[in-house]
Amino acid sequence: MTIPATRKDLMIVNMGPHHPSMHGVLRLIVTLDGEDVIDCEPILGYLHRGMEKIAENRTIIQYLPYVTRWDYLATMFTEAITVNAPEQLENVQVPQRASYIRVIMLELSRIASHLLWLGPFMADIGAQTPFFYIFRERELLYDLFEAATGMRMMHNYFRIGGVAADLPHGWIDKCLDFCNYSLTGVVEYQKLITRNPIFLERVERVGIIGGEEAINWGLSGPMLRASGIQWDLRKVDHYECYNEFDWEVQWQKEGDSLARYLVRIGEMGESIKIIQQALEGIPGGPYENLEVRRFDRAKNSEWNDFEYRFISKKPSPNFELSKQELYVRVEAPKGELGIYLIGDNSIFPWRWKIRPPGFINLQILPQLVKRMKLADIMTILGSIDIIMGEVDR
Amino acid sequence: MIIDTTEVQAINSFSTSESIKEIYGFIWMFVSIFTLIFGIIIGVLVIVWLEREISATIQQRIGPEYAGPLGILQALADGTKLLFKEDLFPSRGDIRLFSVGPSIAVISILLSYLVIPFGYRLVLGDLSIGVFLWITISSIAPIGLLMSGYGSNNKYSFSGGLRAAAQSISYEIPLTLCVLSISLLSNSSSTVDIVEAQSKYGFWGWNLWRQPIGFIVFLISSLAECERLPFDLPEAEEELVAGYQTEYSGIKFGLFYIASYLNLLLSSLFVTVLYLGGWNFSIPYISIPELFGINKMAGVFGITVGIFITLAKAYLFLFIPITTRWTLPRIRMDQLLNLGWKFLLPISLGNLLLTTSSQLVSL
Repeated sequence: MTIPATRKDLMIVNMGPHHPSMHGVLRLIVTLDGEDVIDCEPILGYLHRGMEKIAENRTIIQYLPYVTRWDYLATMFTEAITVNAPEQLENVQVPQRASYIRVIMLELSRIASHLLWLGPFMADIGAQTPFFYIFRERELLYDLFEAATGMRMMHNYFRIGGVAADLPHGWIDKCLDFCNYSLTGVVEYQKLITRNPIFLERVERVGIIGGEEAINWGLSGPMLRASGIQWDLRKVDHYECYNEFDWEVQWQKEGDSLARYLVRIGEMGESIKIIQQALEGIPGGPYENLEVRRFDRAKNSEWNDFEYRFISKKPSPNFELSKQELYVRVEAPKGELGIYLIGDNSIFPWRWKIRPPGFINLQILPQLVKRMKLADIMTILGSIDIIMGEVDR
Repeated sequence: MIIDTTEVQAINSFSTSESIKEIYGFIWMFVSIFTLIFGIIIGVLVIVWLEREISATIQQRIGPEYAGPLGILQALADGTKLLFKEDLFPSRGDIRLFSVGPSIAVISILLSYLVIPFGYRLVLGDLSIGVFLWITISSIAPIGLLMSGYGSNNKYSFSGGLRAAAQSISYEIPLTLCVLSISLLSNSSSTVDIVEAQSKYGFWGWNLWRQPIGFIVFLISSLAECERLPFDLPEAEEELVAGYQTEYSGIKFGLFYIASYLNLLLSSLFVTVLYLGGWNFSIPYISIPELFGINKMAGVFGITVGIFITLAKAYLFLFIPITTRWTLPRIRMDQLLNLGWKFLLPISLGNLLLTTSSQLVSL
């Protein structure tokens, strides 16, 4: 009797846009052969909101609340780049104190973003407890942000030429306390996670990217630095006032998920150092370049007087963009966040192109998972650190 | 329970007809079985509460606090909610396999409770092959998981069921070899004899000290058999939604939930019996045994203390699996199988060899 030959079909599994893993609405169509992954196709677009089109019909001040919804975990960076673009276009000077405040806020936001990367990364690997621990520290950050900006997460804080309001009295001391506490937190994570053998087995030699390959794919941020290339835009571009502080670029050589984990943990420590130096050395002075606040109508209209101040919404300050084009970039925690701005001699930009780090970094995912097991997809996806708000915009 | 002949004769003295004696024997059997089942269900509720409180403490939050004082009735509340849910069937799944799957997992675990001794005569079935009954019957549970995974007509469930079966099979062999070493030490496979063999020196007579490697291998293997973290890949949430439990709702899902905790209670009771000295008081050379006659099982007080000691040891041991679950990450499937076949199996064989040679030398 002939035994029928079994046909080996590959199993196609859809890890749908809605899944318990905490990566936002990313749909992966994975082709499996038992436990091995043959191919993986990401499908994007489930969170597309038309951010770039909306930008063509808003002034910069009106657009600022939108930008925090790109990368909703590291909100200061999106705001920073939204105001950096017109500032560089029109050569607006930023006062020294405003620059220091911006650097402090940016580095606090970087710590917040790396913390909320760590929690879901460990939860995907299986350890549920660090997810609760990171929220401890993120809540302290939220309190700091709320005291300075008024909102816990979607702060509308940066303005062209500075920041919207000065730091409240006593904020600097509270921030120093937070830095001291955060250092103990980072040490705790090192003790609990970095030397755990099960964690190391899950993460070592998984998803290796070589240095040449990383440059070819256009990766940036911790993914690039974990593959041996010491490229940090804060050191390359000398923007804001990062030159005045003493800090190192965190980088590793291997290029696997463990290297990316170590780079981000190291960056958290470096950010705390920068914040402490900035808090010690913050100068006095204005917090906003007030000459930039131009209004579109006559200045001495009686409706702008003191007596009519509660009657209706006043028009927001407008800022006219001249007819030039410019690319601005900033070192976001996920990579290089960039804006390509084409001005049009009006208050609305002609083209506002966003270069999201998550979108570019996600392209390497199908190649990385090709010979790995099913459980490694989550590890690799977690170590790339994407956030769907900015991938889909 | 073993029916004490004196008691039966006492009952006989009240009646002379054969049929009433048989009926009494019959009812007594059922009373003992239902007492044990009732005790087990309460034990599972206690484990669920304990797990939620411990995990809340580790994660710096408060556990259940609204259902009953201190949240004790939370497990009952969850079970009642599950009873009221709609019983779904997958549209093109195999209905019979789908329905029977969870039951097989629970039945095989419940049957293993036959051989756990709570006292010298407090065991439902004092078989001379005691521990091997547990090992063989608990091997039926993966069949139930495979049936559930296949009958759900769902790729995730199927993968989860296959993973669960592979995992269970791999870790049974180190488990069996550790138990074999214990039987060698105690010259018998009956659970009562194993506990008796540890009763001589109190605390220092525990098999834990005579078989340290075996204890660690047993711990890892029983965690893998129960499918608890770090070995819970079959139901890994992030990858497979919920593994073989994906399509289940209502009380069938509750059955899986209960089966998981029943298995955990069974494993920790077996650790108590095999390694931690069972119902013995275990504080050596104290005059309390003469005072209360514990070692001689005098009366109801002795029996109650025995039950209490067994449960206390089992629950104190349970802290280890529960904290392990909430501390360690998950092991990947191929690393899990590697660990079972290439690491634990040689070590448990080596342990058996050591035990055998020490028995030969001591004889």
